[in-house]
Amino acid sequence: MNDPIITIEGLNKTYEGGFQALSRVDLTIQRGEIFALLGPNGAGKTTLISVVCGLVNPTLGHVVVDGYDSVSHYRQARERIGLVPQELTNEAFETVWNTVSFSRGLFGKSPNPAHIEKVLKSLALWDKRNNRLMTLSGGMKRRVLIAKALSHEPRILFLDEPTAGVDVELRRDMWNVVRGLRDNGVTIILTTHYIEEAEEMADRIGVINRGEIVLVEEKAALMNKLGSKQLTLQLHTPLTVLPAALEQDELSLAADGYELVYTYDGRQEEEGRGISALLTQLEKAGIGFKDLHTRQSSLEDIFVDLVKERP
Amino acid sequence: MNLYPVRAIYMAEMARTRRTLLQSIVSPVISTSLYFVVFGAAIGSRISEIDGVSYGAFIVPGLIMLMLLTQSVSNASFGIFFPKFSGSIYEILSAPISYLEIVVGYVGAAASKSILLGLIILLTSNFFVPLEIAHPIWMLTFLVLTAVTFSLLGFIIGIWADGFDKLQLVPLLVITPLTFLGGSFYSIDMLPPFWQTVTLANPVVYLVSGFRWSFYGISDVSLAASVAMILLFLTASLATIAWIFRTGYRLKP
Ligand SMILES: Nc1ncnc2c1ncn2[C@@H]1O[C@H](COP(=O)(O)OP(=O)(O)O)[C@@H](O)[C@H]1O
Ligand SMILES: [Mg+2]
Repeated sequence: MNDPIITIEGLNKTYEGGFQALSRVDLTIQRGEIFALLGPNGAGKTTLISVVCGLVNPTLGHVVVDGYDSVSHYRQARERIGLVPQELTNEAFETVWNTVSFSRGLFGKSPNPAHIEKVLKSLALWDKRNNRLMTLSGGMKRRVLIAKALSHEPRILFLDEPTAGVDVELRRDMWNVVRGLRDNGVTIILTTHYIEEAEEMADRIGVINRGEIVLVEEKAALMNKLGSKQLTLQLHTPLTVLPAALEQDELSLAADGYELVYTYDGRQEEEGRGISALLTQLEKAGIGFKDLHTRQSSLEDIFVDLVKERP
Repeated sequence: MNLYPVRAIYMAEMARTRRTLLQSIVSPVISTSLYFVVFGAAIGSRISEIDGVSYGAFIVPGLIMLMLLTQSVSNASFGIFFPKFSGSIYEILSAPISYLEIVVGYVGAAASKSILLGLIILLTSNFFVPLEIAHPIWMLTFLVLTAVTFSLLGFIIGIWADGFDKLQLVPLLVITPLTFLGGSFYSIDMLPPFWQTVTLANPVVYLVSGFRWSFYGISDVSLAASVAMILLFLTASLATIAWIFRTGYRLKP
């Protein structure tokens, strides 16, 4: 499949103070995919989105949206895009219905109350349609921002850190909406610094660090490569060496033999080994443990790994 | 030009006026009435007539100008400053609309509000003094051009201001003094010759003079000078706004 809907070429952004937030970014987003842009705070995720949406002037390079240059053909480019910003904004005095209808008009679409109603219902905002924004909770305000972005039926939706500080219910509703959109062919680009989120939602993942795209991969490939986890078992009695039956690359002893550490990712399970097999083996070998915990490699670990791998 | 975005902005701004009706319409009307009581009744009783016009009637055009200028600037500056301040401007800037459409929406709304206000003050004045309007078409032309020009100026101030204090600064330190010293409440030939000359450097003099001419056929400066001055202002404001959007000044990093 190669049907790009966004093509970013040689994008550089140096802010006024001289800080380079993006350097030589090349990125292609495929039509209809969910793409997660993963990176720590300050990596340049918001800057990248802002350039595509026309909120930040690029220093160098260009962006093509569905065949239209984002600067010379900004009308065609932008009418295809919906943006849910990272920061909550507040036009305190507007009602939900009015602010969402306003967004639709602003994007040049004729009024369509039925569509607005559908969007509000899908985000559990229908009951609040006549409430003023200032009376809403933070989570509700974020729902309103999503509704605004969907009001003009965009073909591309940007979600900038959509789940930062968001409750479980909203996360669930949001992912339902996102999946529904994807089923209708909408392309979705979300940024996050939670790897679980990218894992849960995305088809492809791009990692950005210090303004550079470090890698772009299919999710499954990336998780296998980078998403390793550790299971630590606290043993009743310390071991000096691993019993021969248990020896494998993924197992090692720690804490003077009091801990058994199992490092794994998706592969072991596929090969019929994995955690449950390990626990059965331990029982057979008569090794008892009093406690266990797992740890997933954090994004920080992944960055460390990535930076290490790069020459 | 796509009319939906312009209409969306215009209607949202007008809705804001309705929400703040008291502040937007009622308070200028009240303060105008106070001016009448103080200037028209108290002082006016000691000044008989200026160029054959009663003092109370003489100050009407100046009063309308005073309100028109200050309200246009403050409405338009707040209109664009607030989305900048609240962050919701991201939506305006990422929308598929031209700068012209943004300006027509915001400035059109602010100017409409001022024009409405000017007409309301005109009606209010009618309760205090007998009014006559010698050149109604010119009167409306001045009203509209002034409202639009100073709404454009307000729009510029709203983009330039990075805090509420600056938003207040220009109206307070520039517009109000210039209007008071611009012959709103007196004819400039009541001043000593030296101050007459100084006053001619005040652009508001030309606006008030032209506007007053449309009422009573009397003026401090020629009609042509008044019209030229307002067109000069209009052009300068438009050029500044074009520059702001071309460079992204204070809007796009
Ligand atoms: N308007 C600006 N002026 C100067 N520097 C900025 C501006 N906006 C963002 N930056 C800087 O650019 C870098 C990237 O920011 P951002 O794109 O917001 O990162 P992210 O969204 O990945 O957290 C940060 O170091 C930030 O401080
Ligand atoms: Mg960000």
